[in-house]
Amino acid sequence: MAGSAGSVCQTRRVFGVLIRIDSVTKRYPDGTIAVDRLSLEIPDRSITVLVGPSGCGKTTTLRMINRMVEPSEGTILLDGKDVQQQPVNALRRSMGYVIQNAGLFQHRTIVDNIATVPRLLGWNKHKARARAAELMKRVGLDASLAERYPYQLSGGQQQRVGVARALAADPPVLLMDEPFSAVDPVVRKGLQDELLRIQDELGKTIVFVTHDIDEAVKLGTMVAVMRTGGRLAQFAPPAELLSNPADAFVEDFLGADRGIRRLSFFPSAGLRLLTSPVVAVDATAEQIAARDTAGAPYLLVTDLDGRPLGWSEPGDLTAGDVRPERLLPHGRPFVAGTDSLRAALDCAVLSPTGWAVAVDAGGRVTGVVSQQAIAEAIRGAHAEGRADAAADAKAVR
Amino acid sequence: MNRFFDIPSDLQHSWLGLIGLHLREALLPVLAGLVLALPLAQLCVRFRWLYPPVLWVTTVFYAIPSLAFFVVLIDYTGQTELTVMIPLAVYSLVVLVPAIVDGVRSVPQETLAAATAMGFGPVRRYAQVQLPIAVPAIIAGLRVATVSSISLVSVGMLIGNQGALGNLLHDAQIYNRPELAWNSVLTTAVLAVLADAALVLVRVLLTPWMPSGGRGRRPKPAADRPEPAAPALKDAAR
Repeated sequence: MAGSAGSVCQTRRVFGVLIRIDSVTKRYPDGTIAVDRLSLEIPDRSITVLVGPSGCGKTTTLRMINRMVEPSEGTILLDGKDVQQQPVNALRRSMGYVIQNAGLFQHRTIVDNIATVPRLLGWNKHKARARAAELMKRVGLDASLAERYPYQLSGGQQQRVGVARALAADPPVLLMDEPFSAVDPVVRKGLQDELLRIQDELGKTIVFVTHDIDEAVKLGTMVAVMRTGGRLAQFAPPAELLSNPADAFVEDFLGADRGIRRLSFFPSAGLRLLTSPVVAVDATAEQIAARDTAGAPYLLVTDLDGRPLGWSEPGDLTAGDVRPERLLPHGRPFVAGTDSLRAALDCAVLSPTGWAVAVDAGGRVTGVVSQQAIAEAIRGAHAEGRADAAADAKAVR
Repeated sequence: MNRFFDIPSDLQHSWLGLIGLHLREALLPVLAGLVLALPLAQLCVRFRWLYPPVLWVTTVFYAIPSLAFFVVLIDYTGQTELTVMIPLAVYSLVVLVPAIVDGVRSVPQETLAAATAMGFGPVRRYAQVQLPIAVPAIIAGLRVATVSSISLVSVGMLIGNQGALGNLLHDAQIYNRPELAWNSVLTTAVLAVLADAALVLVRVLLTPWMPSGGRGRRPKPAADRPEPAAPALKDAAR
């Protein structure tokens, strides 16, 4: 459920620090500076996103972690040990790597692609293939694809293979370089949700590079916003980033509707739902009259199972003769508790009556709520959010 | 028709014997060229500045007439098969080096980066990733080099009957038997076509991972195969 369109982006737990980037600079022979005195503490067992415009040094930073690029100055510590003191191929085999367009070996079958690192580590063929088959299942690939070649798979499937290949030797660290930016938005959303699900199961330390701030906010436990010239603009949890951008650059990069997007981090559980304006389709005249006095300008009509049919003005309802086709549309309901305030607000804004319909996981109406009530909840959440953010910031430090 | 295969005794070979000789003189140089071209091409990939001069040198070698080669080599290797094969090996480089360089360079950047990131050292990456992916390009080069080599062997007749099937051309002249010239030309052409087909077969067997159609491994939609008339239409459009 984590990460699906409207649901609340949970604050994921942060453990220790696994990767410490300590005032690292990368200067190329021609004088260009890709990364400029960057310091970052990448927390254990969580997703840290490096985000920024092209040329901000985010990919260079990622590649310095597995030494595909060597820093000019500064050190990078992995679990307390300087990566530059470690044998390079062994270091790389201990980190999964996922790249844009997957970068699969086109001359090897899917199962052999996934088994690459285990084979490099000297596993026997049988064990490596068994492990590959297990991972195909984990990333949602059908077992029948095992003996296919990469060209026979769609872009999204290839990217799943890329993720499976990176996970094959069960490395503690996963480096992901714009892995989902070459697939279409629908597939990308699926891959993001899948990544969050896998992360919930496996708890890897993931460093994720993207230029897409929405992706960063959705996936990141911590988000590092970088600016052109390879400097860190802000390093914060996504909710804090949205509420407290460090400067004009970050604010600009976040885009115009950051206030709305921030609502994704607030649960709808606290909304007070009204059940009085809800009537069943077979309601009697007395029931309708009783609902009428509840103070809501509209009544929500449900079918006999409790699923929403539509809105009506109380005076337009005749007992025994409710015609669903004459009701006002109810829009897309939100799932009370699971969905965020953003989903609830969206629902109210889209509803012709200005009221949002709350349902349970089975789609049955649990109540209705007005725009005013949602706005009140948002004000309350912001007040709470400020207190939480302060506490979070302390905890991370 | 009997006279067609009646090979004059001065050639000291039967018709089939000449074919064997011809194949040996044509294919060994291509093999030697490949062995030489592989490391040369790898150097060109690794040090980009080396590629233009290497290409220039192989082209200049290709421009030297084989007769000139023979005049120089004959002092060292005499009137032997080797004198014929050395120029042929050198000629094959002009096709093979660029074919291998282009093939190795055609490996996508992401694939190379992924290989490096998974802990492939340079040698392993070359042998297990770059070279296999370059196989189609390398075989395309081998096809041109092989066919050209099979046709060029004939000039060996100029240095004392070292031209295998080409020697028949000389005999056709001195014995006034034109059917021997036909035999030489037709047999050489058939050998070239068969060698080419064999290389295509090798490629099909080595690259089950190639998406292109017409392999029978996976039925491709009809739209992928050009209509027979399509090339003709293209020509008309030019």
